[in-house]
Amino acid sequence: MRTEIRFVAFGGQGIILAGVILGEGAINDGKNAVQTQSYGPESRGGAARSEVIIADEEIDYPMVIKADCLVALSQPGYDRYSTEIKPGATVIVDEDLVDATEHPAAGACYRLPFTKTADKLGNRIVTNIVMLGSVCSITKVINEESLLKAVKTNVPEKFLDLNIKAFAEGCKIGLRALGQEGPGGK
Amino acid sequence: MKQQTASPGIKARHKPARPFTAEDFARVRRILRRKVLFTQGDIAVGYGALLAGCRFFAGYPITPATETAEILSRLLPRVGGTCIQMEDEIASVGAIIGASWVGARAMTTTSGPGFSLMQENIGYAAMTETPCVIVDVQRSGPSTGQPTEGAQGDIMQAKWGSHGDYELIALSPSTVQECLDLTIEAFNLAEAYRVPVILLTDGIIGHMREKIVLPEFEEVNIIRRKGPTRPPKEYQPFIDDGTKIPEMAIFGTGYHTYITGLTHTESGYPSTDNQPDHHRLVRRLCDKIRNNAEKIIRVQRDFGEGRTDNVTGIVSYGVTSRSVYYAVKTLRQAGMKIDHLRIITNWPFPEKEVAQLAERTTKIIVPELNLGQVYHCVREAAAGRCQVVPLGKTGGEMHTPQEIIETVQRKGC
Repeated sequence: MRTEIRFVAFGGQGIILAGVILGEGAINDGKNAVQTQSYGPESRGGAARSEVIIADEEIDYPMVIKADCLVALSQPGYDRYSTEIKPGATVIVDEDLVDATEHPAAGACYRLPFTKTADKLGNRIVTNIVMLGSVCSITKVINEESLLKAVKTNVPEKFLDLNIKAFAEGCKIGLRALGQEGPGGK
Repeated sequence: MKQQTASPGIKARHKPARPFTAEDFARVRRILRRKVLFTQGDIAVGYGALLAGCRFFAGYPITPATETAEILSRLLPRVGGTCIQMEDEIASVGAIIGASWVGARAMTTTSGPGFSLMQENIGYAAMTETPCVIVDVQRSGPSTGQPTEGAQGDIMQAKWGSHGDYELIALSPSTVQECLDLTIEAFNLAEAYRVPVILLTDGIIGHMREKIVLPEFEEVNIIRRKGPTRPPKEYQPFIDDGTKIPEMAIFGTGYHTYITGLTHTESGYPSTDNQPDHHRLVRRLCDKIRNNAEKIIRVQRDFGEGRTDNVTGIVSYGVTSRSVYYAVKTLRQAGMKIDHLRIITNWPFPEKEVAQLAERTTKIIVPELNLGQVYHCVREAAAGRCQVVPLGKTGGEMHTPQEIIETVQRKGC
């Protein structure tokens, strides 16, 4: 089965790294994965997009056709892509950065405190890892252990503990939200 | 015996590069640690180069090609190699030509704007029959265009970018794994035929991450250039030994070699006003590739069963093939007859393979990330046997499978 996940944000919020880690996690899980990205010439502030396709079989077309899961950390990103999703797709947004109250499509929309949680942990830079934890526990697209392994190999040694904590917090937030909303709930 | 140097007065201070061994290969594998990696096309090119024995890199940074230079700047020194950032792309090719003549397997990488600058020295490499690898991570042009977006706009430039008649080899990978595999092949072809080999990746595949599996030494057939079989006194650097590929004595080994971009005789010395000398040289430069085209050319055929009427053909190459696979799968599920030919070797162009496809089909569609380049080659090879339909796209995004499906389904186009 082919699962398409799209991350959208401003450049600098770490979604390209998040996509890389998710892809590597899928490889750790014995699956195939392709990660692609799109960003402007500026390294921070412009629109950024990171896409991951995960499948058991070989992946031919490497881009998202209609997302199974959209993760938005920016309003323009959400506005641009919130309709390019499959019916019943999972939408996950940062509740402080994206207003998704009028989410148009069928399927679950989770509004979660990624940036706030990262701030509480002491460094906003781990927002993307908190988010990944939640994506993992909500979509269950790959095994948590495989993803955590990929987190560990892709973050600086100095911030390893912080990232592990961020990932655990993200998983927790995701699970809690899943319990409240239930799969397929709005 | 007193050591002979290429230029009297200049002391040869370098040591000629030593051959690449199984031990060197194992060392690279140890440095890369894992056998299965999740990495970018650009990085895979760097790993492929190291595993092919590349020990000299010279380049100038440019999006979307810089990652190869970055990784090699870290890893080449660890395997006894050299990585230099040059002042520009002209000098980059100049440097790899020099490195090649002292025996190093040498590479540079760039993107469109830099590739344009490189053309002068690519012609020099072709004329002096210098094995070297040039990676062009294609981005949207002309000029500086869209730095971060991929394209396939340099296919014709790769073949015709320098002036005069010459042949070279160009390869198009369609996956990150192939970025690695074809980099190794590019080095082998460069060494075997003494030509510059162009690896035509693009900004999409260059930055795309996928699973790659690193090869074992036994799986990598390292081909080395042919060395001299005669003693220095009898050696002529550009004499045809019957294969049209001269033996190459590297600098610093006691052989006297003069190289020049001017028309030269077998001795290597200029002969600029002699028609037979020029014709003999340039004819050989072209024939050494044309006569071996069958050995060089690689394609991937995915033809439906049997010869039936109303078959649609698709010719693709590079990253665009990925959309085609998806479209072909979908169209076949809907009962359509589709033959797909994926070109791996863009130059020399697989004319015979395309002609075979044209025999089987009523039309051939050529999707590519430009406004019609390989389309012209396909039309020439098809020679009126079937209709040839261009499906060009520019601006940085791949064809969606749907765009290809719609073109196939459109009647008559």
